[in-house]
Amino acid sequence: MTRRRAVLLVRIAVLAGLVASLEICCRTGIIDPLTIIPPSDMVASMIDRVGSGELDESIVNTFSTIVLAFVLAVGCGTLAGALVHRSSRLRDVADPLLASYYSVPTFIFYPLLVALLGLGKAPLVVLGVLSAAPAVMISTLSGLDSVSPVLLKLARVHRLSPVRTLWWIVLPAALPRLFSGFKLALSYALIGVIAGEFILSGTGLGYAISFAYQSFDNRAMYGLMLFVLLVAVIANGILYVWEGRLARRRSAG
Amino acid sequence: MSDVALENAQSRHGSRGRVRAFDAAVVALLILALWQAIGSWTKGVAVSPPLQTLVYLFDLLRTWMFWDHAAATLAAFLVAFSLSALIGLALGLIFGVQRFTGEVAEPILAGFYTIPKVTLYPVVLLVFGLGMSAKIAFGVMHGLVPMTLFTLGAVRSLPPVLIRTAKVLRLSPGRTMLWVLVPACLPDIVNGLRISFSLSLLGVLIGEMFSSQRGLGFLLVNGMAQHNVPLSTAVVTVIVVVSIAANSLMLRLGGRIAHRSN
Amino acid sequence: MSAAAVSEQSHVALNGVVRHYDGPPAVHALGPIDLEIGRGEFFSVVGPSGCGKSTLLDVLCGLARPTSGSVRFEGKELHGEVPDGIGVVFQEDSSMPWLSVRQNVAFGLRTSSLPEREVAERVDHAVSFMGLAQFAGHYPAQLSGGMRQRVCIARTLVLRPRLILLDEPFGALDQQTRLLMGDELLRLWRETGATVLLITHALDEAAMLSDRVGVMSARPGRFIDMVETGWPRDRDSRIVSDPKFGTLTARLWSSLREESLKTMGRAA
Repeated sequence: MTRRRAVLLVRIAVLAGLVASLEICCRTGIIDPLTIIPPSDMVASMIDRVGSGELDESIVNTFSTIVLAFVLAVGCGTLAGALVHRSSRLRDVADPLLASYYSVPTFIFYPLLVALLGLGKAPLVVLGVLSAAPAVMISTLSGLDSVSPVLLKLARVHRLSPVRTLWWIVLPAALPRLFSGFKLALSYALIGVIAGEFILSGTGLGYAISFAYQSFDNRAMYGLMLFVLLVAVIANGILYVWEGRLARRRSAG
Repeated sequence: MSDVALENAQSRHGSRGRVRAFDAAVVALLILALWQAIGSWTKGVAVSPPLQTLVYLFDLLRTWMFWDHAAATLAAFLVAFSLSALIGLALGLIFGVQRFTGEVAEPILAGFYTIPKVTLYPVVLLVFGLGMSAKIAFGVMHGLVPMTLFTLGAVRSLPPVLIRTAKVLRLSPGRTMLWVLVPACLPDIVNGLRISFSLSLLGVLIGEMFSSQRGLGFLLVNGMAQHNVPLSTAVVTVIVVVSIAANSLMLRLGGRIAHRSN
Repeated sequence: MSAAAVSEQSHVALNGVVRHYDGPPAVHALGPIDLEIGRGEFFSVVGPSGCGKSTLLDVLCGLARPTSGSVRFEGKELHGEVPDGIGVVFQEDSSMPWLSVRQNVAFGLRTSSLPEREVAERVDHAVSFMGLAQFAGHYPAQLSGGMRQRVCIARTLVLRPRLILLDEPFGALDQQTRLLMGDELLRLWRETGATVLLITHALDEAAMLSDRVGVMSARPGRFIDMVETGWPRDRDSRIVSDPKFGTLTARLWSSLREESLKTMGRAA
């Protein structure tokens, strides 16, 4: 058995083991059912809710907000990163700001955003962008830094136009780091939007979870929670695997 | 380097430093101006303007109430951060040294890092109830995993020759860890501490927003509920300033340590 | 008569070329250089480290502008732009890690208007010429350093350059691989009929491969000696056993030794 296989199997076993012990503890009453419900019930609740279509509106709301925030964050972040990269003076200003940015909890600005933009999609999108764009900017800067100078010389020797140099050389060379920024952006946008919905919103999956919690509807709450977590894990997982594929070509074997 | 060249390099540094300081001042002014603009445009409904906030803050800092809340946050934070840092360090070292366990655990930890932890808050509240322990749980929930991942990464990227050297010198596992592993990984560990610091603080603040009657997070939410805009703005300002100051300090510290080991 | 073709008009001509860097600190990196290379000649440049060899290459292909003096390629003066017909192989690995060997080699022809069939033909020829046929689908990360340099050379070949510049292309390779790569380079030179300028720090390599060797002084680099080797056109690495090889290498070293000591003294 190859090592990779073995690692994968052990990992699945560990996770399955955790879920199984949680199930047992809940069923036997070691864990109070008013606190945590058994995983099998969580799954059943999730399938019920999602299948019944009552969540459709929330799902569409939340996902569209996340996608919008993600696209905007990637667009703005890449552009800002590219612009800052060209000017060393801008870079000197931006570097310390970017280094401190994520030390401040962005959600504390969320009520301010609501006061400015009203309740609805806008403050959520802005929150998502504020959470995700700097990560894209940081990874864009890092990616552009990583383009080896000899490749730029090569572009000149082949007399490539600036656009072609960007498209054929700079972008592919910077791609690994750019991609890791996109991964972070998705994760931060998702977290930001759902956190925002949870704290202060009238629609969306985050709000649904909060509502269920406050209505003491544990079953609904856990079902929703499981759904959101699964979506997050799968979305991030897809990007993770994709990134691994890209990286494997560029590494020895 | 010749004397002329050295002088040139130093004067280059000096003028670059002056430009940097000037630009930093410009940026600070821009931020204040933006703040002022938003404050006056929304007529103080969303955020109160800088000057008003500053005045309010001065008064606030002289009240007993503020420091009571701040102390509550600090207490919870210190416990949460210490737990995150120590457990994270230990786990990271173990996972880093025991390659197989590390490979099994890493995607699980990375996955945990990317999920919206806000969805787990109700669970934490149900398990820990309201109050101090819930706040600490929130803090650890946010701060533990990054510390583990950073330490894990640091140990992994250790040049194998250092471990071989330790083996040749017949050092015990404890000594290898203390004398070789930790010093070599120190820059990355400090980096992990820095991130864990911010995230533990974030967790504690969130916990206070949901589940407490004390602490800066509670103060913030309370200010919003009572439409006491200067209060909430002042609290946000305090949080931002403290976060950035701590972060910059740890960046400097990390930089100095990295220099030493290079 | 030397083996180098004597043409009425030289292929590459440098006149009073000087290159300064503004700094600070200001550096007089190169020159004044006067050099003429004939069409189809194999010319090598040797010199101590830091003498400006790479700057010379940058100036020759148009990547850098001379501070004063002129550079002429095929009679036309260069103005800070790389003209058509020059191929460059750099010292550092310039293979693109995201493209396969085949795609790397084909890269040079992406901007050409050649029909697909001809592109494929040229690429196939270059790939097999450089002995990379079985690795055509591999990626650079899976190849050794020497093979990656071969990819870079193949990529230069498809453009059928009339002048090929190589900046210490075999620097990172072990001695045996270097000797074999030297043979490859000679084979390439003969087949393409191109003018070759090779920058190298290895005296034996210069002595063995070239029609003429220019010895550069320490910085600012100037030519302090020009040595004609007189080798026949169909030479290969076995000429190391020719007694003239020893004499040549000795002469190069005697010119170079003092300059190298100067450089070391400066760095100490």
